[in-house]
Amino acid sequence: MARAVTPRRKALNTFAAWLIGLIIFFPILWIFVLSFKTEGNAILPPLDVLRAPWTFESYGIVQDRSDYFKHFGNSVILAFGSTLLGLIIAVPAAWAMAFVPGKRTKDILMWMLSTKMLPAVGVLYPIYLMFIKLGLLDSRIGLVIVLMLINLPIIVWMLYTYFREIPGEILEAARMDGATLREEILYVLTPMALPGMASTVLLNVILAWNEAFWTLNLTAAKAAPLTAFIASYSSPEGLFYAKLSAASVMAIAPILIMGWFSQKQLVRGLTFGAVK
Amino acid sequence: MATQHSRSAARLMMAPAVTLLLGWMLIPLSMTLFFSFRKYLPMRPDIAQEWVGFDNYVRFVTSSSFWPSIQATLIIVGGVLAITVVLGIALALLLSQEMWGRGIVRVLVIAPFFVMPTVTALLWKNMFMDPVNGFFAHILKAVGLTPIEFLSQHTLLSLIVIVAWQWLPFATLILLTATQSLDAEQLEAAEMDGAPWVSRFLWIMLPHLARAITVVILIQTIFLLGIFAEILVTTQGAFGSRTLTYLIYQRVLESQNVGLGSAGGVYAIILANIVAIFLMRIVGKNLDT
Amino acid sequence: MSFKNALRAATALTLITAGGAYAETITIATVNNGDMIRMQGYTDDFTAKTGHEVEWVTLEENVLRQRVTTDISTKGGQFDIMTIGMYETPIWGANGWLVPLDDLSAEYDAADILPAMAGGLSYEGTLYAAPFYGESSMVMYRTDLMEKAGMGMPEAPTWSFIREAAAAMTDRDNDINGICLRGKAGWGEGGAFITAMSNSFGARWFDMDWKAQFDTKPWHDTLTFFKGMMDESGPAGYATNGFNENLSLFQQGKCGMWIDATVAASFVTNPDESTVADSVGFALAPDNGLGKRSNWLWAWALAIPAGTAKEDAAKQFIEWATSKDYIELVAANEGWANVPPGARTSLYENPNYKDIPFAKMTLKSILSADPLHPTVDPVPYVGIQFAAIPEFAGIATEVSQEFSAAYAGQQTVEEALAKAQALTTDAMEAAGY
Repeated sequence: MARAVTPRRKALNTFAAWLIGLIIFFPILWIFVLSFKTEGNAILPPLDVLRAPWTFESYGIVQDRSDYFKHFGNSVILAFGSTLLGLIIAVPAAWAMAFVPGKRTKDILMWMLSTKMLPAVGVLYPIYLMFIKLGLLDSRIGLVIVLMLINLPIIVWMLYTYFREIPGEILEAARMDGATLREEILYVLTPMALPGMASTVLLNVILAWNEAFWTLNLTAAKAAPLTAFIASYSSPEGLFYAKLSAASVMAIAPILIMGWFSQKQLVRGLTFGAVK
Repeated sequence: MATQHSRSAARLMMAPAVTLLLGWMLIPLSMTLFFSFRKYLPMRPDIAQEWVGFDNYVRFVTSSSFWPSIQATLIIVGGVLAITVVLGIALALLLSQEMWGRGIVRVLVIAPFFVMPTVTALLWKNMFMDPVNGFFAHILKAVGLTPIEFLSQHTLLSLIVIVAWQWLPFATLILLTATQSLDAEQLEAAEMDGAPWVSRFLWIMLPHLARAITVVILIQTIFLLGIFAEILVTTQGAFGSRTLTYLIYQRVLESQNVGLGSAGGVYAIILANIVAIFLMRIVGKNLDT
Repeated sequence: MSFKNALRAATALTLITAGGAYAETITIATVNNGDMIRMQGYTDDFTAKTGHEVEWVTLEENVLRQRVTTDISTKGGQFDIMTIGMYETPIWGANGWLVPLDDLSAEYDAADILPAMAGGLSYEGTLYAAPFYGESSMVMYRTDLMEKAGMGMPEAPTWSFIREAAAAMTDRDNDINGICLRGKAGWGEGGAFITAMSNSFGARWFDMDWKAQFDTKPWHDTLTFFKGMMDESGPAGYATNGFNENLSLFQQGKCGMWIDATVAASFVTNPDESTVADSVGFALAPDNGLGKRSNWLWAWALAIPAGTAKEDAAKQFIEWATSKDYIELVAANEGWANVPPGARTSLYENPNYKDIPFAKMTLKSILSADPLHPTVDPVPYVGIQFAAIPEFAGIATEVSQEFSAAYAGQQTVEEALAKAQALTTDAMEAAGY
C-alpha cells in the first residue's frame, strides 16, 4: 500500500496513530510508573503520583520476598520447551497436510482446533489425578507436555498455512535430485518456511508464557513460573499497588521486550492462511 | 505427487500429532464423562461414589444459574469479538498508512497481547477501575463527577473492555498482515475514478480482509469461550458475570461437586461445538483450502 | 477410604521414626497475609535450629484454597504443610486427611493455645491444625471523628447506635464515609461479615433439619439494615469492598468506623502505613440485645496433610512457627504490636503486650465468640461466620454473590433472599441432607 502521500496526510496519520497507540499502551506505562513509587504515593491522584519521588523500593521488596529468578527460569523453560517440543511434533504433521492433502485434511485440522475448546476447569480433576499417577505434579516436564498439547493445534495450523505457500515444484525438484524426505524437510522446506516458523515460535512462546490455569494448578514450589509469582501479590493485606506493579512489570517485561524486538516478524508472519 | 508411498509416509508423519491430541482429548473427556454420571463429592468420603444416571445433567441445567451463565458467556464473547474486529480493522488500516515512527506505534498497539491475563485483570481492576483509588476515579473526581463503580454497576461492559484490550492487538496484527497484501494499484485506480472512501472500503478492502476476519473470529472464539482468570480476579462471578466456564469452576472447586461440574463440562463442550459448527457454516466458506 | 488413609499415615509414621533425624526440605503452602510474609523472613532461624530447609508457595487466598483443596482431596502430596482456616480443619480432620497434632512437645505447651482457637481447630477433641494467628472481629473507629460528631463510643455498642454514629460522622464533601463494611462476594469476604452480623439479628443459616432459613424475617431484617446503613453512610462501590479494600480506605482516613478482623488493628495503628494511626479506638462488635454479638472467630493455622513423608520435619516447623519463642523473636525484631495475635493465652498475660492499645479488646472479642452456639436459635452446625460442612463454601459464595448484587442495586433484598433460599435448598438436596 506504499504510495506517495502528502506531508499533511502523513502528519495526520502520525498524529492519529500515535494518539491511539499511546492510549492502548497507557495501562502498561502506568503500572511501570507506579512500580517506582512508594505504596503511599501510588494511590494518589495521577498528577500527584507523577510528582512524588521515584524509588526502587518496591522492586527491592519483591525480590527480597520471592525468588524472581527461579520463577523466571521456569517460565523460560516452560515457554520455550513446550514450543520446541511442539515444533518437533508439528512440522512433520503440517508437512504431510500441506503437501499430501487428503479428503480429510481440513476436517483433521478443525478437529485439532476443537480440542482447544475443552474447558480446562472441567478437566482439572482428571488431569490432576493422572499427574499424581504419573508422578508429574510440580515437574517442569509435565507442564512442558501440557502446554505443548494446548498449543499444538495452533502450531500445526500456522505451519500448515506457511507450508502451503511453498510451491510444490521446488520440493519435487529436490526429490528428483535424489533428496530423501528428511533432507527435503531439513534443507529445502525449513529454510523457506523459516520466517513463518519464527512467528509460530513467537506466538506460542507468548501463549505459553501467559498460560495461568495449568501452570498454577499443577505446580507447587519447584516448577512454578511467573504466573504463580504474580499470584502472591494479588490482593494482599494493606496497600499493594506499588508492589503489585513492580511484580507485574517483572513478570511481563521479558516477554514484552522479546515481543518488541520481534514485532516485524509477528506483523509479517501472523497470517493463519488468511492471505493468499 | 500424492503417490501411494508418500501417502503412507504422510500418515506416519501426522501420527504423533494426531495420537497425542487424541489422547489429550479422549482421556480427560472420557474421565469427565465417567464422573458426570456419578455422585462424586471429594470432600465427603462418607458418601460412596455411585452411578446416578443423568441426575447431574438435569441438576446442572435446572439450576437457576445455568441460563444466565450461557447468556453472560455469549454476551462477553460477542462483545469482545465486535469490539476487536471493528477496532482491529480501523487500526490495521491506520497502521498501514505512511507515518513517522510506524514501528514504535505498532509496538505500542500490540503490547497488551504480551501481558498475562492475570496481570491484565489485576491492573484494570485495581489501578484503573477501582472506584476509590483507581485512575478513572481520580480523573472523574478531579472534574467534579462521582466515580463510576465499573465492576459492580457495569459488570459485563467492564469485563468486555478488559478482555477486548487484551485481544485487540491480536486482531490488529492479523488484519494488519492481511492489509499488506492489499492491491495498492487497484485502490489508487478506484481513487482516481472518484470512488469515495466508503465504497473503496466496502468493495475493495473489506472483501480482501474477509479471510483474515474469519480467522480472527475463529481463533478468538476458541480462546474467549474459556476465559477464566479475568473473571476470577475481578468479580469472581458476581454481578451477573458468571460465565459457563466460571459456573463449572464453582461447581467443581468451590462446591467440590465433581460429578455436577463434570456434567457442566460436557455441556460446555457441546456449546463450544455448536458455536464452532455455527462459525464454520457462516464464515467457514472463507477458509476453503 | 479413611481407613486406607489412616493406614497410610501409620506407615508413613513408622518409616519416619525409623529414619531418624536428617535434614529435609519441606514445602509449605501459605496465604499472602502480612504475618505469613513476615514468617517467611524468619525461615533462616528455623533452618539454623533444625537443619531443615523450607520452600514457600505463597498464594493469594482464593488461589491457595483452590490449590490445597484439590491437592488434599486427590492425595496429591504436593505440600508438607498447608495453611488452612477454622472452616477447613474440622472437615478435613473428620475425613482423616490431616495428621493429628496430639503429640507436640512439652516445651510447645499446647495447653497455652486459647481454648476458643483450639476448639475450632479440633475434631472430636483432637487438634488437627496449630493456630498461627487468630482473630475475632470488632469495631475500629476514629476517635477524632467521633468527638467531632459529639458522640461517645460505648464498649459494647448496639447496631442502632452504630448506624446513628455512622450517619453523624459521614462527610461526603471531605470524602469521609461513616462506616466501611465488607460487601464483596465470596464466603470468606462479605459472606463472613453478613453471616456474623445475622447472628446478632437472630438469623441462622439452617434450622435443626438443615432447612435453609433465608425466607425468615431475621435475614430480611439483617440485609435491609445493612443495605440501608451502607447506602446512607458507606463508601462508593462497597459491594466490591473486602477486607483489603476497607483496610486501605481506613488507613487513608476515609472511614469513620470499620467493623472487621481484630488483626487489622495492628495495621491501622501502624504509623508507617496508616495516616490515622494515633486516633483509632476499639469496641466490641455490635449487637441487637438478643444475646449474640456480631463478632466472628477465625484462625489461620498450619496443618500437615496425612501421607506426607516429611511429617517429623513438618511438625518441627509447626512447633517453631506457632511457639512462644517465635512470638518473642518477632517482638524482639519488630516490636510487640507486630507479633501474630490471638493464638496463645500467654501472649495476653505478657506485661509487654498489655500496653498494646488493641490487645484487651482483641482478647475480649475472641473470648465472647462461641462457635459451638453461634446463633440465638439452635443450629445443627458449628462455626460463627460459616457452617463447618463441606458444602458451605460453594453455597455461601453463591449466596453472597446474590447479596452483593442487591448491595449494588441490581436486585432487591427480597429477590436476593429468594434466590439464596432456592439455591441453598437445591444444593443441600444435591448433597443429600
